[in-house]
Amino acid sequence: MQTLVAYVENKPGVLNRVASLARRLAINIDSLTVGPTENEEIARMTIVAHTDERGAHRLEASLEKLVDVLLAENISDRALLERDLALIKVAADQQNRPHLMELIKVFRARVVDVAPESLIIEVSGTVDKIDGLLEVLRPFGVLEMARTGRISMTRGSDLLRPPVAQPESSALEPTGSGVK
Amino acid sequence: MKLTGAEILCESLTRLGVREIFGYPGGAILPVYDALGKSKLHHILVRHEQGATHMADGYARASGGIGVAMATSGPGATNMVTGIATAMLDSSPVVCITGQVSSKVLGSDAFQEIDITGITMPITKHNVVVTRAGDIARTIREAFVIAKSGRPGPVLVDVTKDAQQGSAEFDWENCAPKLPPKRIRNNHDQAEFDRAVEMLNTAKRPLILAGHGIMVSGAMRAFEQFVRVGNYPVAMTLLGIGCFPAKDPLNLGMMGMHGEAWVNNAIQEADLLIAVGMRFDDRVTGDLRTYAKSARKIHIEIDRAEINKNVKVDAALIGDAREVLEKLIPHMQTRDHSAWIRHINELKGDSAVRDIQSLPDTGHLYAAHVINDLWKETRGEAIVVTDVGQHQMWEAQYYHHDRPRTLITSGGLGTMGFALPAAIGAKFAKPDSEVWAVVGDGGFQMTMSELATIVQEKINLKIAIINNGYLGMVRQWQEFFYDKRYVATPLVAPDFVALANAFGIRGERVTTRAEVTPTIRAARESGETVLLDFRVEQEDSVYPMVAAGASLNDMIRRPHSPLVETASDT
Repeated sequence: MQTLVAYVENKPGVLNRVASLARRLAINIDSLTVGPTENEEIARMTIVAHTDERGAHRLEASLEKLVDVLLAENISDRALLERDLALIKVAADQQNRPHLMELIKVFRARVVDVAPESLIIEVSGTVDKIDGLLEVLRPFGVLEMARTGRISMTRGSDLLRPPVAQPESSALEPTGSGVK
Repeated sequence: MKLTGAEILCESLTRLGVREIFGYPGGAILPVYDALGKSKLHHILVRHEQGATHMADGYARASGGIGVAMATSGPGATNMVTGIATAMLDSSPVVCITGQVSSKVLGSDAFQEIDITGITMPITKHNVVVTRAGDIARTIREAFVIAKSGRPGPVLVDVTKDAQQGSAEFDWENCAPKLPPKRIRNNHDQAEFDRAVEMLNTAKRPLILAGHGIMVSGAMRAFEQFVRVGNYPVAMTLLGIGCFPAKDPLNLGMMGMHGEAWVNNAIQEADLLIAVGMRFDDRVTGDLRTYAKSARKIHIEIDRAEINKNVKVDAALIGDAREVLEKLIPHMQTRDHSAWIRHINELKGDSAVRDIQSLPDTGHLYAAHVINDLWKETRGEAIVVTDVGQHQMWEAQYYHHDRPRTLITSGGLGTMGFALPAAIGAKFAKPDSEVWAVVGDGGFQMTMSELATIVQEKINLKIAIINNGYLGMVRQWQEFFYDKRYVATPLVAPDFVALANAFGIRGERVTTRAEVTPTIRAARESGETVLLDFRVEQEDSVYPMVAAGASLNDMIRRPHSPLVETASDT
């Protein structure tokens, strides 16, 4: 599994280009999250892909060839902070509710909705932690689940910022389509 | 100044230096055609939109500039797909402009509406829909920058009809390209560069693999200097042909599936491969597990995604070929590789070349004769545009190109039907050059409707049909790998001479070797388009051949036949 971060133009069609590229390279995407950054014109993606280092290099380099991708980087080997968030609707009756609440406490999850027959649990953390909670909730009856997919950030001073400086594009403008 | 979107489009193209547009009108692009009529742009009416894209591609490859193709929405746009993919696979800068239904009805399956940006996403370098007149100028300028910069490629701009009809302020100064900022990458660190220099200066059996990137980068002079300093023998990819003179003793010829036997053997024996602007396509490597096992590899390449894609390299110098070569040259020592070069020359056999011209006339006409005679008669100075298949490989083997951009051929996609329209495009790019379309009887029938374009535009093109009555390359595979079961490869063709005449083009049929040179000469002296129908040996094959997936040195050689492959085989 390889983790890539990409900064892309925040406009329609970009997600399609990124996903289409992975499909073309026959790389299966495990999760892809996208959201705006502090700069509203730029979105950040975390792509978790089923591939090896070589496949990740190809994906990274090919992503960066897309005009709308500002930067793509394979961060699999770096010190990472990873988070996934899940909402889990689980069946809960009067009898098992206390037991459920205990488990939720152990996983540092919280209850965000209470209904007579069910609870919605919100949990965030690593993929493993959420998988672990899911495992113990299963016997109660998981009615519905939504997960955000992973977001990742390199730790400490290892910064991954979108590029800003750009030489004048017009300097690259061809002087004419005619014969050189 | 307030202009309509259509006028802005034409004005922008004019300001970008465009003179010719290859296209076909239709409902959703009509406002642009109306504006075209009032502009100084010359529109070439094609007979099929695929032809327009191949013409723009041929124009781009012959000129080194950008080719422009235009079509309407729906079927007009989808007909461009093959041509766009051809340009994509061969990194050719083509800008395609398509009309689109009005933005108000986008997504409603309106008449002749199709999602052409969705369709062409994987086969363009970039594509974009424009829905406002005010965005047209900047988008077109950006399309030109994207098509030509870095590793070039096709860009499609889809312009809705309301954007063409609407009006906007036209201010060229204030619509400069504004592309998203890109990370500036350090192309290679000093250690990698030093490692490459060390390899260059210590190799005993070095070999250059020269590709299309040398031409694209305009690196011919730097490349020649690089070759001379290191005294490196040069092997070429199909698209690399012309980047270094064929007549130079250090030029060994083409590598790969139908490359020269000594070139493929030299690659397998080399201790250093210096790949410049090429991408280790499967057609040049053969089986990767046995490819150049004893060689270290340096890859000079502008596209990071190509590094270690097929072949793992020891040093990757990412960047424009000319810049990288110019940076390397001062660090290189003059090397003497005469023993290695002597060894390669011995691999060639005594006479060094397949001297087909010295063979007695057996009454058979071989395609290789025709192409070799064409080379002699044109002194190697023509621009030759080929189609795809056997004749394409024979052209690469027997027409010796000394100048860049004189062989134009569909390499990556292998698009049959490319030759005739691409030759038309090349002729517009180089009106003073002699342009030959060399095409098989199969490929010619795919796009022969463009003969009418030639007549309408009154251009002077020479067409050589290498007519063997088969889809020859497929037949060859059936002969070698399917026990001669010729399924769907025998091919009926019209009387090409009569066909040419019907279009108002002069045609000649050639059936014997003695007629070849005089007929070519007469065609060259004629000031108009001439079509020559060469009736060649039907079941001849291209040799040597590395079967798909076989090792590069595992070549099928020509069996006993009136044609020798190399002198050592006789």
